[in-house]
Parts: sequence; C-alpha cells; structure tokens
Amino acid sequence: MTTANPADTASAVPAVSSAAPRAGTDRLWVWIVVAVAAVLPLLRAVVPDVVSDYRLFLVTTMMIAAIAVLGLNLLTGFNGQISLGHGAFYAVGAYTAAILMDKLNAPYWTLLPVVFIVCFVVGFLFGLPALRLEGHYLALATFALALAVPQMLKYKWLEDLTGGVQGIVLSKPEAPFGLPLSEDQWLYYYTLAVMVLLFWAAWNMLRGRSGRAMMAIRDHQMAADTMGINTAQYKTVTFGISAAYTGIAGALSASAIAFVAPDSFGFFLSISLLIGLVVGGVASLTGSVIGGIFTVLVQNSAQALSNFVKNDIGLPYDLSPYSVYGILLLVLMYVMPTGIAGGVVMAWRRLRR
Amino acid sequence: MAAFLEVSGLKAYYGQTQALYGVGFALEQGGITTLLGANGAGKTTTLRAICNMVRTEGTVSFNGQSIRGRPTESIVRLGVAHVPEGRGTFTTLTVEENLRIAAYTRGSMGGAEVKRDLAMVFEYFPRLKERMQQQAGTLSGGEQQMLAVSRALMLRPRLMLLDEPSFGLAPLVVQEIFRILRRINGESKVSMLLVEQNAALALDLADHAYVLETGRVVMAGPSAVVKNDENVRKSYLGY
Amino acid sequence: MEQLIQQVASGLANGAIYACVALALVMIFVSTSHINFAQGEMAMFSTYISWQMIQWGVGYWPAFFLAVGVSFVGGVLIERIVLRPLHTAPVLSIVVVFIGLLAICNSVAGTAWSYLIKEYPTPFPKDKFGLSGLIGAHQLGVVVVTLIVLTMLFVFFRYTPLGLAMRAAAQNPVSARLAGVRVDWMLALGWGLAAAVGAVAGMMVAHIVYLDPNMMGGILLYAFAGALLGGISSPGGAVLGGFMVGVLENLVAYLGNAIEKGFGVYIIGNGEKLTVALIIVITVLTLKPSGLFGRVVVKRV
Repeated sequence: MTTANPADTASAVPAVSSAAPRAGTDRLWVWIVVAVAAVLPLLRAVVPDVVSDYRLFLVTTMMIAAIAVLGLNLLTGFNGQISLGHGAFYAVGAYTAAILMDKLNAPYWTLLPVVFIVCFVVGFLFGLPALRLEGHYLALATFALALAVPQMLKYKWLEDLTGGVQGIVLSKPEAPFGLPLSEDQWLYYYTLAVMVLLFWAAWNMLRGRSGRAMMAIRDHQMAADTMGINTAQYKTVTFGISAAYTGIAGALSASAIAFVAPDSFGFFLSISLLIGLVVGGVASLTGSVIGGIFTVLVQNSAQALSNFVKNDIGLPYDLSPYSVYGILLLVLMYVMPTGIAGGVVMAWRRLRR
Repeated sequence: MAAFLEVSGLKAYYGQTQALYGVGFALEQGGITTLLGANGAGKTTTLRAICNMVRTEGTVSFNGQSIRGRPTESIVRLGVAHVPEGRGTFTTLTVEENLRIAAYTRGSMGGAEVKRDLAMVFEYFPRLKERMQQQAGTLSGGEQQMLAVSRALMLRPRLMLLDEPSFGLAPLVVQEIFRILRRINGESKVSMLLVEQNAALALDLADHAYVLETGRVVMAGPSAVVKNDENVRKSYLGY
Repeated sequence: MEQLIQQVASGLANGAIYACVALALVMIFVSTSHINFAQGEMAMFSTYISWQMIQWGVGYWPAFFLAVGVSFVGGVLIERIVLRPLHTAPVLSIVVVFIGLLAICNSVAGTAWSYLIKEYPTPFPKDKFGLSGLIGAHQLGVVVVTLIVLTMLFVFFRYTPLGLAMRAAAQNPVSARLAGVRVDWMLALGWGLAAAVGAVAGMMVAHIVYLDPNMMGGILLYAFAGALLGGISSPGGAVLGGFMVGVLENLVAYLGNAIEKGFGVYIIGNGEKLTVALIIVITVLTLKPSGLFGRVVVKRV
C-alpha cells in the first residue's frame, strides 16, 4: 500500500474566498443591476436599433449561461466536486422541456418545476457513486459522461422520444395575457425572473448552515466528517441541486433556441461551462454571471475574433472559440486562478490598504 | 578553519508554521555527533533543513561550501547522505535495486566500482546479501534499517545524517546496528550526525551532543559532559 | 465460429491501440498522480505532424520515427514549462490546465489541417502478410508494433539505470532525491515517453479510423476504461486492461448483432460504444477503483 501525503488533502479548488457571499453594499449593487436589467427591454420602443430583438435574445442567452455556470459553481466551486460533464445535465433539462412541450403540449411555465425535479433526481443519482470519487477520479468519471452524452441521446430505443439525430423542433413562447411584448422581450423577462429567483435561492442557501457545510466539505472533507456534518448527504444533494440549476438553464435554452439536437450537447458544451466557471470566478455568485456573459460573448464573437487576429494582428490563424478557451484556461490558471471575480476582489483589497 | 558542517541561525518552516528558530552548531570531520530532544523539538526538521527538504533561512555550509537552498539531489551529490525517518525504502523495488539506485549518480551501474561497494555493504550487513532479490517492503524493520544505512553507504558519503535509526526496532537489533555504525565511522571514515530520541544509546555512541528544545539549541558539549548534566539526566535519561 | 475469431482478433488490434494509450496514461499517473486528459489530443497532433511530413515526401517509417522523436521532446517541454509551476496547485487548476491543453491541441490541429477527414497510409501492404481471413495486414502490424514498443519499454524500465531511477522517482520522490536522483527531470522524461507512446498509438490507428482532429476522443475514453480496469497504478495491468477492453468492445457489438439478427431486436451496436465505455469507467471507479491489478491508496489523516 502507498500512503498519500497529508498535504495532498488540501482544498481541491482555488476559491475566491472561503467566506460566504457578503450582504451590505453588495446587495445595493445587485438591486441596481436588476433594476437596470428590468427596464432594458422597454427601451426597445425608444432606441430600437440599440435595444433590438436580437440583442435582447443575446442577453437572454447570457442569463441562461449564467444560471448554467451557477449550477456548476455550486457543485465545484462551493462544494469541491469537480465536474467536467455538466453539459449532460444541461442536455437532460433541455430534452425534458422539449419532450414535454412537443409530446404533451405542456405549457412552458409548468416546465420548470418538472425539469427541476427530473434533473435533481438525475444529479442525485450520479452523486451517489460520485461519493467514492475525488479530485482526478471524479473529473475522469464526468469527462467520460460528457463524451458519451451525444451518443446516449441518439440511442435507438429513445428515438421516439428524442427525435434521434434530427432532434426536436419547438416554437418560441408568446407573451401571455396578450401583453404587448415581442417573443424575445417576453423570453427576456421570463428568464430574468427565473434567474433572479434562482440566484436569490442560492445566495440564501450559501449564507446559511448548508452553505457553510458545503464549503467545509470542499476545504477539508475529513475534518467536516469528524465535526458531525453528514458529508454524504450534503454531497449528493448538492449534486442534485447543481444538476437541477444547470438543467433549468438547459430547459430555458430549449425555449429560447426553439430546437434541441444531440450534437449541440457534446464535450464543447461542458468545456464552455468550465470556462465560464474559471474565468468568472470559482465559488462566486457574481463570478457565475461574469462567466455566463463571457462564454456567450466568445461564442458570438468567433467571426469577429478570427478577423481581428487575421487582419489586424496578421497571424494566419483561425481563432475559434475552442482556441480561445484553451489559451485562456492555461493562462488563467497561472495568472488568475480565482477568475475575474477573484481578481477584482484581490484588487479591491489591495486598494483598500 | 571552517568546520566540516556548519549551521548558523537556521530557521525552518513547514508552510507558514515555523519549526526552527535559529539553530546553530558545528561538526568536525570524523566524529559522531548527536542531536537530542523531545518530540517536536525540531531534530528531524534540522536534518531536513540541512538537505533543503523544507523552507529555510540562515546559513548551512558543508566542507566550506554553502548548501542552503540548493536542490536536495545536488546536496546529496556533494557527499551528504540522509537516512530519513521511517527508512524511506523503495518498498516495491528489490533490495538489489534499492542499493543500485544509490549508485545511479555515478553513471554506470554494473561497473566494478559498484560491485566493490556492494561487497563493502555486505561486509557490514551480511544479512542483506541473502535478501537481494526480495521486495524491500517485505523485509523486517531491522533489515529495512540496515538497507537504509546501506543505501546511504552506497553513495560513498563524507557525512551521514541518521534520523531516529532505533525507531520501532527491538533493543538487540538496535544494539547491532549501532555497533555497525561505529565500525562504519571508524573504518570508512564517514562522519555522522545522529538524531535520536533514545538519549542513552545516542550518548553512548556519539562524541558530541547538542540538545534541542522547541526549535533552539539549549545545550552543547562532549557527550560525556552532556550525559552527566543534571537537567539532561532528569529530562531525557530518566534518573 | 470463424466470425467470432475474427472479432476477437480485430478486438486485439483495437486493444493494442488502447493498451498503448492506457500505458501512456498510467506512466503519467504513476509519476505525477495526474490524469492526462489531453493524452488523446496530443497523440492526434503527433499523427498530424507525421502526416504532414509524409505529404512533404518523407517516407513512412522516417516520418514515423521523427514524429515519435518530436513528440518526446514536446512531452518533456510540456512538463517542464506548463506543469512544473503547478506542482502545488489545487486539483481543479491542474485539471483545468489539462483541459486547456486538450482544447489547444484540438483547435490548432483543426486550424492548421482543417476538420476534413484525411486518409492515412499503412506501412503494412495488404498482400504481404496477414493471416488471411482472420486478421488483416494492418491490424496484425498494429499488434506487432505495439508488442515491440511494450517490450522495449519493459526492458528499459526493468534493466537500465535510467529506468530504475524513473521508477524510484515515481514510487518515492523524496527518497529518490536523497539517492541523488534528479526527480524533476525524471518526471519530464516520463512525460516525454508517454507522449511518444501516445504518438505511436495515434499513427497506428489513423489508418483504421481516418485522420481528423476528433479521432482520438472515443479512443481516449476506451483507454481510460482499459487503464481503470487493469489498474491505473499498474503499467502491466493497464496494458492488459487495454487489450481486454478492445476485445470486449467487439464481443459486445458481435453479441448485439447476433441478437438483432436472431430476434429482430436492436439492443446494442456500434452506436453505443462510448456509452459502454462510460459504463465500464463508472462501474470500475465505484466498485474497485484500484482495478484488477492496481494498488490501493490509503490516505493518512
């Protein structure tokens, strides 16, 4: 038998801070941002070129990405369980929503509770065997999951449900009660409401006992165990909640894009979530938002980035989002392992001195 | 004339925790010196600090050269052999491989020189010869200690650092090993710095002694003097 | 019956590839305790390098050996430059860096050589050898090359001073340093060897699955399954596991086909290969993480 060095049991995750998210001035900023976000779509009537339907749609996708990254952050950032396969839960959420809308004609506002429950169960079930895995091994198991998801979605026996390779086409939801909102505006508000709700719930949970227990498990599981924390329960439930959050993001995206197909849920999706996590900030709610915004920006600016590199810098290189991700992942781990949120926190602390 | 091994103002840290607070002593070439002290006094840390296995500040010089902060493996190549706490045997390698790895730094491993060194080692520890192809992890505690010392010998060191060689061994085995250590010191001219909790044994073997307490040297002198010191007798010798 | 033997034989050929990649993974895991998620993409990149040389007129075998050499150097450089500073970093940072390497290898290959599938030549002419009907020439060649590489590595680690030093450094870095071994360079060499072995696997498989930047994804997953099954801390176990997984993969497909033919019911086939690998990975990790031949690691508090 070989014995592992005690120093190896140090925290597996470079968290922004070991403390729970703070109240106080932070809350004021949050209110301001939410207020601005709420007013934004209404400006479409005033400046239709700036606040176009397309731009609203873009911001909606950013919010969806933020929720997805928050899901991952709950599990990896706050609880220390590394997941390279969160795209799987995103897919489960998306397909659950799609199937409900397509086969059962369920109205889309009933979807979210169902999706939450389904994804929670799936996440919880995955969390059970994950109890025995740590660090690299868990990363490996989730890596395998991420690679296998598109194939699983194309499985013959599920074809009737999932629509096989072709996927399922959906229709975008219309504003209810005859409100004078375009589809994109309505979707924006709906997503904003869900996002505020989910972030608030997460903030509450992390502030309290559960949050402290989760973070204690992340920082030193053995010590947490000996202090009487039921680590098994917390870990599996966190897995479930994390999967549910990312799953809801998936469901929202199904409505937003009005289409689901197996190949959009491949390994690249899981990498995007991971990027959002580390760029935005590990173990940080604000970081999740930043991360979400970032991934959408990169993916949408692919063409512009490529042109920039080719024409302005003069390198004969096609800068795909994948390359950007790769380079950033490497650079960040040396320069800013706690992500942008962490970098801001550190800069702020230095300024205060 | 500079001492063979000279340590001054040595501070050592495990991460943020400080373990040594300015240790100083000097060894002359040829003798056996012992570091005594209770658990946690910093004896093992001192040996580790000499080999740069922990973060250090201060001065450590060996044979006139400053070695503080140098990579462990290059300190070893200068002639310092460290027999660590717990023996540090390569448990999945055979006894022969354990010995040969120490000859690695000399280039060829099947050479006549190495064969001669192996012969020397077997002269001191004949029991190892029988166990050459056995997996090192299956040896008894005493045999593993012998193997650890032999590995150090294979390095052809000028100075041997020994960390609690008596730990976990039966008294008769310890006596045998200490007898052989004295022989090695005399015949092969290897200076030794011995860390031991078993103060009586150590003071019998060594010429000089230093006593450590919470990271500082509190007493120094020839072992005969230290042995008779009242405080030492009460704290470490039990009478 | 003959078809069954054919399946087993081609399973062994696939298994040879998995065994190589699994061995590369284990070499890195044993010496650094890290899992190299980028192993597949690195192998793919090496294969593209050899392809490019062949396009420039270099012969197959010269290109092969050059690519292996370049990969070796590349592996050493990656360990020294990219991974060295991260020795004490948290696990997540290290995993992220590996994923970053994966992404970079994949995207650079895609940009440099496009994502179009390319043909890759085989040095084993069809009519020259091959046990006709049972196993093709290239497949037999793959098994032979793999066995040669594995034997060479075995001899190197068992009977050479450097191999011994590397084994010692992997088993107990602290003691190795105390024996005068430059442990950091041993790690770098380990990486170089792993990269080289991976390159061999990539170049052998490219003829079978055609060369494209995503060709190693599934293979990497199978290599993981094989390494875990055999024991991720045991090189011999990993190789055995690789072969086992290769044969298993084909037997499962064979069984699925038989069931479909016999009962008209499709349960499992080629489209589920990754899922099967996933199931193996999860099963081994949860039931017996040390695999069939690996060692159990005990954590000290």
